Amino acid sequence: MSPVLIFTERGIYCPAGDFYIDPWRPVDRALITHAHADHARPGHNRYLATDIAAPVLRHRLGDITLNTVRYGETRTIGDATVSFHPAGHVPGSAQIRVEVEGEVWCASGDYKTAPDGLSTPFEPVRCHAFITESTFGLPVFRWRPDADLASEINAWWQAAQEAGQTPVLGAYSFGKAQRLLTLLDSNIGPILTHGAVETTTQVMRVQGLPLPATTHVTPEMKIKDHPGALVLAPPSALGSTWMGRFGTTTTAFASGWMQLRGIRRRRAADKGFVISDHADWDGLNSAIRDTGAERVFVTHGYTDSFSRWLTDQGYDAAPVPTEFGGEEEEEDA
Amino acid sequence: MKSFAALFTAIDGTTRTNPKVAALADYFATAPEPDRLWTVALFSGRRPKRAATTTELRRWAGEIAELPDWLVEDSYAVVGDLAETLALILPEATTEPDTGTLTDWLTRLSTLPGRPEEERRAAVETAWSSLGKTERFLFNKLITGGFRIGISRKLMTRALARATERDEADIALRLMGDWTPATMTWDRLIHANDPEAEGARPYPFCLAYGLDSEPETLGAPDDWHAEWKWDGIRGQLIIRHRQHHLWSRGEELMTDRFPEFARAPDFLPDGTVIDGEVLAWDVDAPMPFAALQKRIGRKTVPKKLLTEAPAMLYAYDLLEDGGEDIRALPFADRRARLEALIVNLPDDAPLRLSPRIPFADWGTLAQHRLTARDKRAEGLMLKRMSSPYATGRKRGDWWKWKLDPLSIDAVMIYAQAGHGRRANLFTDFTFAVWDGEALVPFTKAYSGLTDEEFGQITAWVRKNTQQRFGPVRQVTPVHVFEIAFEGIQASPRHKSGIALRFPRMARWRHDKPPSEAGTLGELQALLAQYG
Repeated sequence: MSPVLIFTERGIYCPAGDFYIDPWRPVDRALITHAHADHARPGHNRYLATDIAAPVLRHRLGDITLNTVRYGETRTIGDATVSFHPAGHVPGSAQIRVEVEGEVWCASGDYKTAPDGLSTPFEPVRCHAFITESTFGLPVFRWRPDADLASEINAWWQAAQEAGQTPVLGAYSFGKAQRLLTLLDSNIGPILTHGAVETTTQVMRVQGLPLPATTHVTPEMKIKDHPGALVLAPPSALGSTWMGRFGTTTTAFASGWMQLRGIRRRRAADKGFVISDHADWDGLNSAIRDTGAERVFVTHGYTDSFSRWLTDQGYDAAPVPTEFGGEEEEEDA
Repeated sequence: MKSFAALFTAIDGTTRTNPKVAALADYFATAPEPDRLWTVALFSGRRPKRAATTTELRRWAGEIAELPDWLVEDSYAVVGDLAETLALILPEATTEPDTGTLTDWLTRLSTLPGRPEEERRAAVETAWSSLGKTERFLFNKLITGGFRIGISRKLMTRALARATERDEADIALRLMGDWTPATMTWDRLIHANDPEAEGARPYPFCLAYGLDSEPETLGAPDDWHAEWKWDGIRGQLIIRHRQHHLWSRGEELMTDRFPEFARAPDFLPDGTVIDGEVLAWDVDAPMPFAALQKRIGRKTVPKKLLTEAPAMLYAYDLLEDGGEDIRALPFADRRARLEALIVNLPDDAPLRLSPRIPFADWGTLAQHRLTARDKRAEGLMLKRMSSPYATGRKRGDWWKWKLDPLSIDAVMIYAQAGHGRRANLFTDFTFAVWDGEALVPFTKAYSGLTDEEFGQITAWVRKNTQQRFGPVRQVTPVHVFEIAFEGIQASPRHKSGIALRFPRMARWRHDKPPSEAGTLGELQALLAQYG
């Protein structure tokens, strides 16, 4: 019997169902774990994703042929049975469970074990083989509770207000930005958004996610009319001419990479908030334990170190190369 | 430790100069005196004696965190800072938070060197389990030394001057020398007049920027003094109270390392301070830097070396004359006084005047510059006749006009991740040239590329790693870089038989396939010509 899933140059492939999971080259049938650009690529004939992921997926990929499933709902594709389970990474993100003749594999995409109040919380999937990411698969990456982060970020906002500065917070426009919106205390002041953040936020607001009011930064907007405001923008906007309109600014990045001082300093922001939509070291380890899997395939990140660690722990673990080479500081981290 | 940690957080939380200086000045005005003194010491490169080796610290932390050694190493390779790596892998603090001051901690650490391992480990573990994340990182920095946290000495001096309402140059002078918090008090450092300390105290060195435009832009040749830029150790020779002291630019006292200068008080008057270059000397000319290198790092010098590589000070400038600080005088006047002082020296004195290069126009000087390698010089120094002897690096009056470097195209064969702000980026490379069909490694280089280029090469290395040797990755040999360097010497310790001085990446030769990279033969030809 051939494996349930195999790793090809187009991406993860299921021979029994003739479909791919998060393929990076055009294919006929693609199952998509979530709407981040490195997982949801344009050009496939047919897409399958969760109903919660659908609005942002359509917003980003345009007019695609998209079927949706609810979390836990089973579909039969060829000789495979598939279902999508909450991955807790961003709203609508899923681990994809694939069963062929009683053998269960799970491709988890990107995941986060701690609840963020916006995404459906992570649920472990019992399986024989588990495909895990390892973006933060080293023991130096450990996250603090969201409540701590919220008070840290809000304190930074207030301090900037008192110093007469406009705080500009850089965060990936889908997922991270909305999570920050739920952590920001609207009583402190108004929240202004860069266009890239605003359009995605609006799509998610329309689909019913509980997001606070924001004001889109337009060319005519005057910062004087929004005293005490905080600006939420994609990382690429920080340091660009777009910032000129906000007078004296103080900048911060929100990313798991901000855990490392060297990277924080390289990014040349005044501050770094360690907040990630990926599992930390403890999260990865507990998630893998809870699957009950014997075999673990490690992708995206510190694949070599993390699979060696898992092997030491008694798993049958191996690194899997991805087109992205792993280890990089992805924007959505 | 809390207020020191708060200071660190304030400094680390901004990339701007003014808030950093403000935070420091505030700290110097409010912290207890011993803490201030220690902070000045730490930020000016004075470190406490090591209480533990880095190997011990790694092992202890790994055992507490229940992580294998290799994973601690892999983590360190990514974080790029050992103190930070250990602070991050250790479990959260478990005991009551510690309330000790910075000085308390340093005092505790100072009792540890020389004690048995169990005792030192117990003390370090107590610290780890009672300190918060930032404090723990700083504590590790204190143990591992190399306390660089984005505060230059210049910034600290400015903050100290502001907090104590004293002149910045005066403070800079007071910070010089080899004091430690154990031998110094705040009052003596900042306020008191202490003849003994002042006797040995060097002046801050005046430094030059590289000339980045045509020399014609400097104006009339008459306004400038030109001399060779020698390739030795910049030094300051002090004669006060019938004693001599020799300082390096890095403020290291080199007096014992160069006994040649013990006779200096015999022929130089008290109250003399000379800025010059320490060189290994061969009858009437400097020897290559390699000869002097044998004497660096030796606390005492064997007789054989004294005859093989005798030291000489090539004098550039006079900073103190007859006990008077003359740094504010124009260079021309200082130089005239220096010449008057040196003209009467005996022939066997280890002191010469670095010769002036007369020139009527910039074209003539440019011709001179091209002969620098024959003179064993790195290029030229240009000093404005009217310039004072400034504190530190200042634009406009002093310029170094170095020779264009030598260069060779080489293939990258190994890559390693960098440290500090280069964490998680591949920035340290090994390069090779062809020897027939084989690639022979001949140098490492770490600098010269833009951040963007380092980003590109990092992504490439991750996808093209052939083999790993610990943190070192062997990569497919396809990328060619032009390697620039200042000098080349024979070296039996290297496989290629050569060693380069100041190698760096001049550019990434996207246009060249590896087959067109340089050969060992070309390097040997350069060695024959310039070595």
